[in-house]
Amino acid sequence: MNELAFFINNVVIAGSVSGSIYAIGAIGVTLIFSIMRFAHFAHADMMTFGAFMVLLLTTLFPAAGASIGVPTAVLMLPLAMLLTAALAVGIDKTFYKPLRAHGVKPIVLVIGSLGVTLILQGLIRLFSGTGGQSLYVDDRKEIFRLALPFEGARAPIVITEPQIYLFVITLLAVVALHLFLNRSRLGKAMRAMSDNPELAQASGINTNTIVAVTWMIAGALAAIAGTLLSLDVTFKPDLSFFLLLPIFAAAIVGGVGHPYGAIAGGFVVGFAETLAVFNWNVLLRPFSDSLPAWLELPSNLAFVGTEYKIVVPFFILVAILVWRPTGLFKGKVI
Amino acid sequence: MSDSAKTRNPDYTPKDATQARRFPLRELILFGVLLVAILAVYAIMGAAYSTRMLVEAACYAILALGLTIQWGYAGQFNAGVMGFVALGGFCAMFFSVPVNDAFWGSALPGEFGRVLLYGAAAILLIVGASKLDRLGVPKPLRTFIAVVLGVVLYLVVISQLREVTDAIENQAGFVGGLGLPPWIGWIVGGALAGGVGYFIGHICLGLRSDYLAIATLGIAEIIKAFLKNSDWLTRGTATVSPLPWPTPGPAELGFTLSRAIYLSFTAVIIAVIFFLLNRAYNAPWGRMIRAIRDNEVSAAAMGKDINKRRLEIFVLGCILMGLGGGILGTFNSLFDPQGYLPLNHTFLVLVMVILGGPGNNLGTIFGAVAVYIIWIMSEPLALFLMQLAVSFGEGAFGWDAPGNMDSRALQARVLVIGLLITMVLRFAPKGLLPEKIKSHG
Repeated sequence: MNELAFFINNVVIAGSVSGSIYAIGAIGVTLIFSIMRFAHFAHADMMTFGAFMVLLLTTLFPAAGASIGVPTAVLMLPLAMLLTAALAVGIDKTFYKPLRAHGVKPIVLVIGSLGVTLILQGLIRLFSGTGGQSLYVDDRKEIFRLALPFEGARAPIVITEPQIYLFVITLLAVVALHLFLNRSRLGKAMRAMSDNPELAQASGINTNTIVAVTWMIAGALAAIAGTLLSLDVTFKPDLSFFLLLPIFAAAIVGGVGHPYGAIAGGFVVGFAETLAVFNWNVLLRPFSDSLPAWLELPSNLAFVGTEYKIVVPFFILVAILVWRPTGLFKGKVI
Repeated sequence: MSDSAKTRNPDYTPKDATQARRFPLRELILFGVLLVAILAVYAIMGAAYSTRMLVEAACYAILALGLTIQWGYAGQFNAGVMGFVALGGFCAMFFSVPVNDAFWGSALPGEFGRVLLYGAAAILLIVGASKLDRLGVPKPLRTFIAVVLGVVLYLVVISQLREVTDAIENQAGFVGGLGLPPWIGWIVGGALAGGVGYFIGHICLGLRSDYLAIATLGIAEIIKAFLKNSDWLTRGTATVSPLPWPTPGPAELGFTLSRAIYLSFTAVIIAVIFFLLNRAYNAPWGRMIRAIRDNEVSAAAMGKDINKRRLEIFVLGCILMGLGGGILGTFNSLFDPQGYLPLNHTFLVLVMVILGGPGNNLGTIFGAVAVYIIWIMSEPLALFLMQLAVSFGEGAFGWDAPGNMDSRALQARVLVIGLLITMVLRFAPKGLLPEKIKSHG
């Protein structure tokens, strides 16, 4: 049964962790795509920026969280979300809006967003240095070990405190987004604009407000994803290029412009990654006695090594573009 | 004069398309400034250093020409130049490095060939299984059989490959090279880059242009990850050096002269590429490419095969990038997979193209040389400015500066490149030397 615990730790929990992070990131990308019609490459750096804001605030007030019993980083998250939302709106006003006003092709906006990526990366590295830092400045990272209720199960299931926060906050964010998009007037206007911008404008929807709201939501979600990722591992300023591909793959798998699809896509990509790097030999080993003698299992039965993890989202991306470019949930924008 | 000519509105009369050529004042001024800058660098930094800078700038000019036909001629955005450059560099290394007798003298090449044969057989089997429906097998069952067979055979082949590559690493270090002249490696590197470009372009070019950017960004990281981690093929982080030059090396002629010969060698290649590209640009083929870029729908209505033409131009650009990467790799005389960075090999090239003038080959070459000089010179400048800031901060506020200021100063260049990209897109979207749009009346 130790093997089962190992499987749960390495696939179920790790997959849910990266799946949640990709899902939150992909929701932001897909929202921007559906309103502004371009792939926003600076999204991963907005995530890093959010995490960096949390790091700054936590270093400034390291003991703030202890008074109400949560890690300071989690307490600072709403503030960082506000700051990142403001940054996103500011970026749009300074860089994307003038380009849109010129009526450029969407691909020029993509290049512009790559420029913004570099600006953000440069700024973050200038202030934080290039090394990794833990977001747990003054707190201790709790680790829970749950024993499996089976006979002979020695290895426990390991789950850490930030992972629990991650699942809870992801759930909250998804429910809040669902309510916003379906119940609020603004959310409905957003969906209308994603369906048909001209018609939305003609029916009296203020498209400028919608654009600003979209950036605010995307920025806030990016801050959540970046912070939760950095809580789980460490804060590193150069995550972005490794996050971009899984996030875009998730958005495209789910169907671009489709927030619920993005959530599904995030989990598809996250689980695919962990399943691909998992060493299947571990699960087959208990049965090695009953296997025929000529079949000798190699000690490493993983599909790809961990160093090639980035191949997995790329493979998913290629597969979906070849077989179903609209995505699993029929996104509107191709 | 006929009646219709008299009554015709003079604004609509066709003008002679071969009107007198404009005096190229702008070009002259810009290249004059560039020449002055180069001379200044020579005067300050010495001949050997400056010649090295010029050779590297020339290699970047080839990369920039590759990108300008993709972005400038056809409006395709390639965000993964780095991957194609790295492929070219790898081929230059693999073909030119001396033969490793420890590998070829052992049983390992046979083992490796056996695994390759297994791989080929596995692919054949899977392709055969995917055609089973022609024998009357129901389609869902066929897909199931093909997928299961694919997974199992993949695992078998990959575990065999892991054993062989581990053996190569332990017994022979790495595969070694082929001991051929470097230019063979450059050509193969170009072909390999073109092949990867074909694969990506085939999938993405029929879809929205954003998808191409995402896919190229991904393939670049994958190529880098592969080259970095395949120690049996590239020695990975241990790096391979020295790579032999096709021209006499510094050991025989000294740094300045040997680099100058390499520079003239590169200059000839650029001149050939430039001439061919200009011919292609002005030929009916180039006109068609621009027509597709400017108005896809009307070009399709004219019966042009848009996706095929796009694929052609994308592959052509990738070939040039592979070639340029090979020349650059040989010149550096060091193959270090970790040295390939998106900033140095993708975004720097992008800045060269959009600043110089996308679609204008002369502008692109100007942009490449000018931006590379600025880039090289910004390193000491950034360090100097950071030192200044630190000493000012310590003096004025008693600020205790962190120790890694040098690496942070170099990060500031990331910021500058990003600012340049956004500023150029906004204020000079056509670059310093814009593409000349011909009007035919």
